[in-house]
Amino acid sequence: MSESIKEIQQSIIEEMALFDEWNDKYEYIIELGKKLPKLDEVHKIDANLIKGCQSNVWLIASEKDGIIHFEAESDAVIVKGLVSLLLRVFNNQPATEIINSDLSFLEETGLSRHLAQTRSNGLLSMVKQIKFYAMAYSVKGN
Amino acid sequence: MITDIKISSPFTEQQLADIRNQFPILERKVNGKQLVYFDNAATTQKPQSVITALDNYYKGYNANIHRGIHTLAEEATAKYEDTRKALQKFVNAEFEEEIIFTRGVTEGINLVSNTFGRKFINAGDEIIISTLEHHSNIVPWQMLCEEKGAILKVIPINDAGEIIWEEYIALLSEKTKLVSIVHASNALGTINPVEKIIEEAHKVGAKVLLDGAQSSSHIEIDVQALNVDFFVLSAHKLYGPTGIGMLYGKKELLEAMPPFHGGGEMIKEVTFAKTTYNELPYKFEAGTPNIADTIALNEAIQFVNTIGKSNIMAHENSLLQYATDELLKIEDLEIIGTAKDKVAVASFVIKNIHHQDLAYILDSEGVAIRTGHHCTQPLMQRLGLKGTSRASFAVYNTTQEIDTLIFAVQKAVRMLK
Repeated sequence: MSESIKEIQQSIIEEMALFDEWNDKYEYIIELGKKLPKLDEVHKIDANLIKGCQSNVWLIASEKDGIIHFEAESDAVIVKGLVSLLLRVFNNQPATEIINSDLSFLEETGLSRHLAQTRSNGLLSMVKQIKFYAMAYSVKGN
Repeated sequence: MITDIKISSPFTEQQLADIRNQFPILERKVNGKQLVYFDNAATTQKPQSVITALDNYYKGYNANIHRGIHTLAEEATAKYEDTRKALQKFVNAEFEEEIIFTRGVTEGINLVSNTFGRKFINAGDEIIISTLEHHSNIVPWQMLCEEKGAILKVIPINDAGEIIWEEYIALLSEKTKLVSIVHASNALGTINPVEKIIEEAHKVGAKVLLDGAQSSSHIEIDVQALNVDFFVLSAHKLYGPTGIGMLYGKKELLEAMPPFHGGGEMIKEVTFAKTTYNELPYKFEAGTPNIADTIALNEAIQFVNTIGKSNIMAHENSLLQYATDELLKIEDLEIIGTAKDKVAVASFVIKNIHHQDLAYILDSEGVAIRTGHHCTQPLMQRLGLKGTSRASFAVYNTTQEIDTLIFAVQKAVRMLK
């Protein structure tokens, strides 16, 4: 059995706590952003676009046996790093688990205060969209 | 402050320190670093005198104005009207009643489009704006054009961010009823040649509205010398409070225009059969106004007057020059907006670096800049950009702060590339 959403979030919180300085957290998130696999250009269409005020996120989802698979990318690297963390939390999880999950790591790591100001980067919209996909697939599955 | 003297700021080190000391917020630490505030084109910080005026009003003489026959009401009314007189002098209007209080530039433009526009602009008439406009000087005219069947024309710009003069002249015709144009661009800093623009518009019988959001804290405004028909400004970009601004209009135009909002204060007599309207300026000031902020605005005007706009402009120009020189030393950095005449706005892009990423790193260093499209999406489309990073300077900024900006940008480039 793979890690649950709760367990993954706990791991992220512990990892982020290892950095004393915000600087180091930024470095880490930028690294994650740079490493995030690129989304195929064919998926970068308006239908998959989550528009922030300043940067954009593209998100696609697919389902197999009740497990939801996500891929996403952003045009800004720090947002890409945060997207990478969100994917680590939500990717390849059962639809019900996603729907019922409580997103705590953004708060507990301080990321929401420093980086996830909602309107400018569309991250919270991405979380909503992830849950929306999970709901849509769970209805379809039933 | 050696560099300041070298590039000829009019202030001595002590004078600049005295100016900075009037702004309590500049003491603030952000993310453990000393705040460097370079988002002045969005809103300026407020001197203690403005903050004290707000406090004094609520503690000492809070009352509704133009109504009560009691001491507090009379004190508040007198102070409120003092600001109107101060604004009249500030823009050199001929008559006090030509100064209408609004919530800011956006409301001022909407007032003109809803009153002057509704009455005097008809199907087939043309309104001219420029590519430099922010959304506040685009959307109200689109709404009016849609309602009236009028046509919106846009003056194109060159790559430096200046309007193309011949194109403007070509757009003018007897169909032109209004030219509504920004005095200084918020996104690029470009100062438009407004004297000439107004003169040419008047030749075809068009009226001119100048959007002074970005100009009024830097450039001397003389509405009579400009012979401009409407001029709008926002107090909060002028060291004053948010939620208060000014519309100047020529008296004969304001008198010919219908009221904007209906309600108290703007009436002379109300019966259920018919209401007669109050005279200028009250015809356009329905309801209880923003008394506290209006009174505090007077302190902001006095702050600017005491230092003098020519000194403010000279200091800011020295900062702009220094910032531009230092920014251009950074690899792959391009300044966006290279007009000959600019207010103190340094807008830039760095190859392969997203402006939002840059802003995050700068914020972690305590440096506040603005990134994005600056509410000028059509301008960004013209320039082929998604956005820029913009450092905009005010009278209290220093060259040391620019050094901090440069250091932070260099650090961001290292981290992000």
